[in-house]
Amino acid sequence: MSAAPTEIAIHREGAERMGFFTDTTVCIGCKACEVACKQWNDLPADGSVFRKGMSYDHTGSLGAATWRHVRFVERLAPSAAEREDAASRLAAGGGGGVPSLPVDGGRWTGDGGRGTVDSPGDLDLVALAESGAGEEEGSGGVDVAGAVAQMDRWLFMSDVCKHCTNAGCLDACPTGAIIRTEFQTVFIQPDVCNGCGYCIPSCPFGVVDRDKIDGRAGKCTLCYDRLQDGLEPACAKACPTDSILFGPYDELVDIARRRVAELHARGIDGAYLYGAGDEPQDQLAGGLGAFFLLTEAPERFGLPAQAESPIQENAPVATAAGLGAALAAAGAVVATFVLSHRGGRRR
Amino acid sequence: MADCIWIQGSSLSEAHPVGYRWAMKARERGAKLIHVDPHYSRTSALAHQYVPIRAGADIAFVGGLIRHVIETDSFFRDYVVNYTNAATLVSEDFRGPEDLDGVFSGFDPDTGSYDRRSWAYEGGEVPSAAGDREHTTQAFSDQTGGGLLEGDPQRDPTLEHPRCVFQLLRKHYARYTPEMVEQVCGVPQADFLRVAETLIENSGRERTTMLVYAVGWTQHTAGAQMIRAGAILQLLLGNVGRPGGGVMAMRGHASIQGSTDIPTLYDILPGYLPMPRASEEDGTLAGYVERMGSKRGWWSHFDNYIVSLLKAWFGDSAAEDNGYGFSYLPKITGNHSHFPTTLRAIDGGLDGMFVMGQNPAVGSQHAGLQRRALAKLKWLVVRDLADIETARFWKDSPEVASGELRTEDIDTEVFLMPAAGHVEKEGHFTNTQRLLQWRDKALEPPGDARSELHFMHHLAKRVRAHYAGSERERDWPIVNLRWDYPERGEHEEPEAESVLREINGYEVATGRPVSGFAELRADGSTAGGCWIYAGCYADGVNQTRRRNPGDLDAPGGWVSPEWGWAWPANRRILYNRASADPHGRPWSERKKYVWWDEDEGRWAGYDVPDFPADKRPDYVPPDDAQGMDSIAGDDPFIMMADGRGWLYSPSGLLDGPFPTHYEPFESPVGNLLYPEMGADPAAITWDRTDNPINPPADPRYPLVATTFRLTEHHTAGSMSRNLPWLAELQPEMFAEIDPVLAAERGIEDGGWMTIATERAEIEARALVTPRVRPLQVAGKTLHQVCLPWHWGSYASSEDGVTGDATNDLVVLSGDPNVSIQESKAFSCDVRAGRRSRETTARMAGVRSESWLTASGDHRADQPHRAAETGQSTHGSGEKGSSA
Repeated sequence: MSAAPTEIAIHREGAERMGFFTDTTVCIGCKACEVACKQWNDLPADGSVFRKGMSYDHTGSLGAATWRHVRFVERLAPSAAEREDAASRLAAGGGGGVPSLPVDGGRWTGDGGRGTVDSPGDLDLVALAESGAGEEEGSGGVDVAGAVAQMDRWLFMSDVCKHCTNAGCLDACPTGAIIRTEFQTVFIQPDVCNGCGYCIPSCPFGVVDRDKIDGRAGKCTLCYDRLQDGLEPACAKACPTDSILFGPYDELVDIARRRVAELHARGIDGAYLYGAGDEPQDQLAGGLGAFFLLTEAPERFGLPAQAESPIQENAPVATAAGLGAALAAAGAVVATFVLSHRGGRRR
Repeated sequence: MADCIWIQGSSLSEAHPVGYRWAMKARERGAKLIHVDPHYSRTSALAHQYVPIRAGADIAFVGGLIRHVIETDSFFRDYVVNYTNAATLVSEDFRGPEDLDGVFSGFDPDTGSYDRRSWAYEGGEVPSAAGDREHTTQAFSDQTGGGLLEGDPQRDPTLEHPRCVFQLLRKHYARYTPEMVEQVCGVPQADFLRVAETLIENSGRERTTMLVYAVGWTQHTAGAQMIRAGAILQLLLGNVGRPGGGVMAMRGHASIQGSTDIPTLYDILPGYLPMPRASEEDGTLAGYVERMGSKRGWWSHFDNYIVSLLKAWFGDSAAEDNGYGFSYLPKITGNHSHFPTTLRAIDGGLDGMFVMGQNPAVGSQHAGLQRRALAKLKWLVVRDLADIETARFWKDSPEVASGELRTEDIDTEVFLMPAAGHVEKEGHFTNTQRLLQWRDKALEPPGDARSELHFMHHLAKRVRAHYAGSERERDWPIVNLRWDYPERGEHEEPEAESVLREINGYEVATGRPVSGFAELRADGSTAGGCWIYAGCYADGVNQTRRRNPGDLDAPGGWVSPEWGWAWPANRRILYNRASADPHGRPWSERKKYVWWDEDEGRWAGYDVPDFPADKRPDYVPPDDAQGMDSIAGDDPFIMMADGRGWLYSPSGLLDGPFPTHYEPFESPVGNLLYPEMGADPAAITWDRTDNPINPPADPRYPLVATTFRLTEHHTAGSMSRNLPWLAELQPEMFAEIDPVLAAERGIEDGGWMTIATERAEIEARALVTPRVRPLQVAGKTLHQVCLPWHWGSYASSEDGVTGDATNDLVVLSGDPNVSIQESKAFSCDVRAGRRSRETTARMAGVRSESWLTASGDHRADQPHRAAETGQSTHGSGEKGSSA
């Protein structure tokens, strides 16, 4: 991939695309990345409110001075879909295959005795989870405890700028402050940014934010300064469980694909990549330089299911901003050019 | 290499996130992770199975596992028969709690202590590995059970004799059934059985399970016994001395292991040599060695270590004719641990105090009493990175805010000395697994901040200058102290490596560093500051600085023997002879570690064998064997006089040879297993008006509180609450409660709530979450209140955060063996809203007995044993902090 003609890009011989692969299945929510990022980039604590982001998240979101942010998804009640699914699995095993769960008014009695499930649909799996029903021998392969345990999760995810292939912020920046580096990351030059704020609504992920004090835009640089010296970004360096991996983008995608396959082989069917490895037409924002392995719907982590640079979605207007009003009439043509060139998403 | 990691009494992910890295790596390799804990933490979230348990009921749970393993014949029989004392017969006089309504034979209800003679093996008494050595207080009564091992203990390898340890163990835990576990612990039987099955499936010849615990187990009045229970189960499953097995103590902060090895404790000298007592027999070196040494096993070398230590301290002044200066060592007269010292201050018997690396005004139990104690001192030296609550109690403590203490009335002169941070000084850390890792100084400390070594070195020099030339005998140990550490730089920083060299030990005549403790001698020809560290400076090289992981893909390469240095002798797994079968062959190829090489006539393996290198597996000691010669070729536990892992402790513990379920000292629940007993009858308590106790089963305190740590903060908070980057991540003191309790009390998520005990009321934000689960205990719903304890009343940084101190709530109490407090389980109540007065205002006007009677001796009204017998704090490690 090469930079689009509308982008200001730095080229350097031998430099390749670098990125992050954040694997949420090994994240322990320690927030070391959040702190290491602030320390290296000399970002101030920008305030917190108790339970701003629920659970153990008091800082709430990415911001001008928070370039890594750990989300906490506290999820101990199964969804309606999972209740139905579990209940139907129980029902499907009926006629000897159903574990004999003693049920009292829909609640697990926990007395160790055996009863029958009269109406699986009424089974209260939350109560079952809380009382910790175990796997019943000879239950026809239905691992009730396992199924319920799977519903009982506290998930952590370290969020960051996605360094999109089709970067909305970059597309929208009228001053040329936002550039694509030789590592094909998206970088805001702080000495050029004039604080106009156009980039902020142009980010489909809500990443970019304006500094409260000087008004300039701020976000993850993928530690551009460290990369230039051959060092890995501070967050990846600090991550104790290697939930955050840094490396050449293509290698990371390979690693991530193998990881998903491995998790599927272990029975974690819900594992998937968010932002990488999709068919070209399905790529989020043309593919994310910082992508994720998730086990839940993206919305659970505050991520959009679909994302595209506004200029890609609404090419005439956005392009007009970049090229001038005189070209507005030819907008459709320009849009076609841009989209085909980038291999971006078509709608 | 573990196939299962069983975490109980620890929250690795919160307190040791970098350590949890390895648990996650194990999980990725396929290992099972089990977390048993009252509090659903980030550790639980990543475990395969999380089991909520009532805080303080762990012995019932582990006892249930022990029973299950025995009754289902799931123990590792070959290991148990050959390597543990399962087959050993116990004295006919022994009786257990099943016979005596909850106590063991020898209990004296008047003193709350045991005469332990009836606990001995039949045909021989036996000292524990560190028994007498750890529990110096034993000599203060005449009831020591730890005679030398004389004669031969009788054994029944069929394990069927009714008085063999195995049958006694079986009888002891017979009533710890899954049903009982469910009733006592609030753990549903299915959950309990799933844990049991996972542990059993992952133990044996081919597989091993590791137990990880931390202060969630130690900080109980039965703390030492909780860990014993875990160790017994690990022995039954054959998980000791083998790769991927063991009982891993996750230490509370950096170098806490080091601070017991080279102790900051009152009752031991470096290398677990006991502090001599003010007794006739300890008056001379010969008497002390006679009492402490063992005729059998490794401790038969005891004299080499104490004499070398005295040579390190007193140099040329230590000679044979003056007993190497032994008689000049201080002698202890009772329990001089943290709480008795605090109470002595309260009662007016303590002039001054050094506080280093500690913040008792926040981090010590009954913190309100701690702060009042500080106000009784004449002087106080605090060394810390920041201006902490302990250095400011006179100015803005809750007691000053309430008007109970008035600044102008406090005479304490406080010296706050700025301390260097960990990257601003050099030295080594000794952490979990006894691994010593050197760190170099990265940058100079700012301003007047100095290292601890600098402070102690220059203090010692000033003290020595003050006493120089004194002829008084009592000044001998100061005048003759060998103190010649070289200094560097404009601040005259002593060379840390010169201290490590002395700790390692050296040949006196040549100065050559010894290569191991086998070179240490009792004839004055060697000096050594800590015998177990001998070898860390072998060949004059700082072995602890090594950072070579080696070839990780080679067979056994993961042992990485050239990464740092582990005591003893760079051995990474203790008792690793047990990784081979009695014939010296690995139990399995998969768990190969140390084995007998017949061709070479030596033990070989991936690690340094923990056994005499050329002792054949079929060696049988002659009847009159002494010292290490008395250990057979298939007795792996060489520190024990009988060479066996102890399922039963005939000596060494003060509150019973088997762990027994007792309720926490303050519990809202009665003892279902032993209705006659509530808490551990031997627990140390301080029954004083200024230490009011929540009565057992008091309806005013129906909830169970437990304390925990957050990964965002460090202990009492001075290193994290004052650092804006960390402070913003957990900005407010909070309490985690379940939604049912919140609804009952009208407490709103995110709103204020107040937590109360007899000592204090503190306020916190409510974090209402289904992660905290109501338990069914003894047929009733029981709610738990989970409290982090990182907040205090002062922040030295503008962006720092403050909050009420959880330790204001906690009562002073102690484990009988190690004096550690019970801060992990106590009763309390909660209500919605903020507190209406200062946290410990309810203690205002409460005076100690001495204030009432002016006796100056708090022991006067002390019915409990704490006062009569000074207990050791050894092993507690986490001094004065609550997790």
